[in-house]
Amino acid sequence: MRATPANGILRNDETVRLVARRGFLKGGLSLGALTLLTGCDVTHTDEVQAVLNGMSRWNDGIQAALFNPHRLLPTYSEEEAVKDFRYNAYYGEDKVPKLDGRSYRLILSGLVENRRPWALRELYALPQTSQITRLVCVEGWSMIGKWSGVPLRSFLERIGADLTAKYVGFECADGYYSSIDMASALHPQTLLTFRISDEILAPKYGYPLRLRIATKLGFKNPKWITAMYVTNRFPGGFWEDRGYNWFSGV
Amino acid sequence: MTMETSAAPAIRATKVIHPLAVRITHWVNAVAMVIMIGSGWRIWNNEPIFDFYFPVWATVGGDFAASQDLHNELGLASALQWHFAGMWLLVINGVIYFAYGLLSGRFRQAFLPVNPRAFLRDLLAALSFRLPHDPGVYNAVQKALYLGVLAAGIVMVLSGLAIWKPGQFQELAWLFGGFDFARLVHFLGMSAIVLFLVVHISLVIIVPKTLPSMITGRAPVHADAANPM
Repeated sequence: MRATPANGILRNDETVRLVARRGFLKGGLSLGALTLLTGCDVTHTDEVQAVLNGMSRWNDGIQAALFNPHRLLPTYSEEEAVKDFRYNAYYGEDKVPKLDGRSYRLILSGLVENRRPWALRELYALPQTSQITRLVCVEGWSMIGKWSGVPLRSFLERIGADLTAKYVGFECADGYYSSIDMASALHPQTLLTFRISDEILAPKYGYPLRLRIATKLGFKNPKWITAMYVTNRFPGGFWEDRGYNWFSGV
Repeated sequence: MTMETSAAPAIRATKVIHPLAVRITHWVNAVAMVIMIGSGWRIWNNEPIFDFYFPVWATVGGDFAASQDLHNELGLASALQWHFAGMWLLVINGVIYFAYGLLSGRFRQAFLPVNPRAFLRDLLAALSFRLPHDPGVYNAVQKALYLGVLAAGIVMVLSGLAIWKPGQFQELAWLFGGFDFARLVHFLGMSAIVLFLVVHISLVIIVPKTLPSMITGRAPVHADAANPM
């Protein structure tokens, strides 16, 4: 797991190191599959993994082409929304970050005009909206929940982000990181979220700030966000660097 | 004047029963089946609908233990990579096969007609091991099974699309009764195809002469093959 840079900005050399390690990790993944398929030890693991990675990037492109920025995902009634939402992370609930709302700052960087950090009460003061949508997890389960917060589009406009840039990236208090394409970032059902089921996010749900993006799988909805940046350089993500498809649209 | 045909070797008469396009798409599909079913089972194991797991050795998706050690996950990432790469092999190959089958008239000629009475007759004959096997001509049970597995294949692709894109293809997901029901359909379709494969492969083992013809395309002509069907 990569430590979150203190200032939340991905430095160049760090990105290079990440990419190098990404290749190593993925190479190890396909060994067993190939052994299974061919019944022998395979020496061309890197080549096969390169094909799989290439197909995943190809699928990124297909999904970006399929993505309709004006198409809304189905919404549900208050009764259908689950109150006791499922906790999900790659570690136990006892290890979730417990952030202090008073000292919390959202750090901004990259292609943004106004990069001053935002305090929580300033974020709370912004116009907010709610959505009741289905969160679909990459594992296969799904759950309907009610989330409330600031549309990411209006926040990006407010901070003077370059809306023609390719990516919006997020860094989290637990070392998690992820990124989305700009078209999906500007979708009306993409929110910087403060509440679930009309209540301030509990620590296990990502207090004080999580992304709720209805057009993408659950792992593209990072919790405990501490930094956000806009960039043209492909930022990857925690699971994305471990083989999950980057676009992961639903 | 007579032509002397001296000592020609005894050539057994053969005929082409599987056209080249069918043979190529058959074996490409066999590879796609291993990838899609194997990786699908690994994906299932991460969030099973019913309370059972597929044995890890039968799944595709990288070294289970290595994934656990390096990523704290159970090989899902690589299984998904295989599944979403394999789907292109499956679909492109399937489109070629269906286009060939429909345009060449082979589907009509090989799989139709199937009437229920012939199906029942051939099923009873097959169960009592009295069904004569005639290379290149499918009996009613075979016709029904092949048509059935082709239909299952179409259902698998459509339900797969509904699960992959329940947002962008929300009408399709709705047709399958929503995301969760589409997952169930995807599982049941897989079960049907695996059942077909069990029967299909068992019969190849029982009647091994059918295997070379799916490679060479040819099968010997029997005297009793003359009767039209």
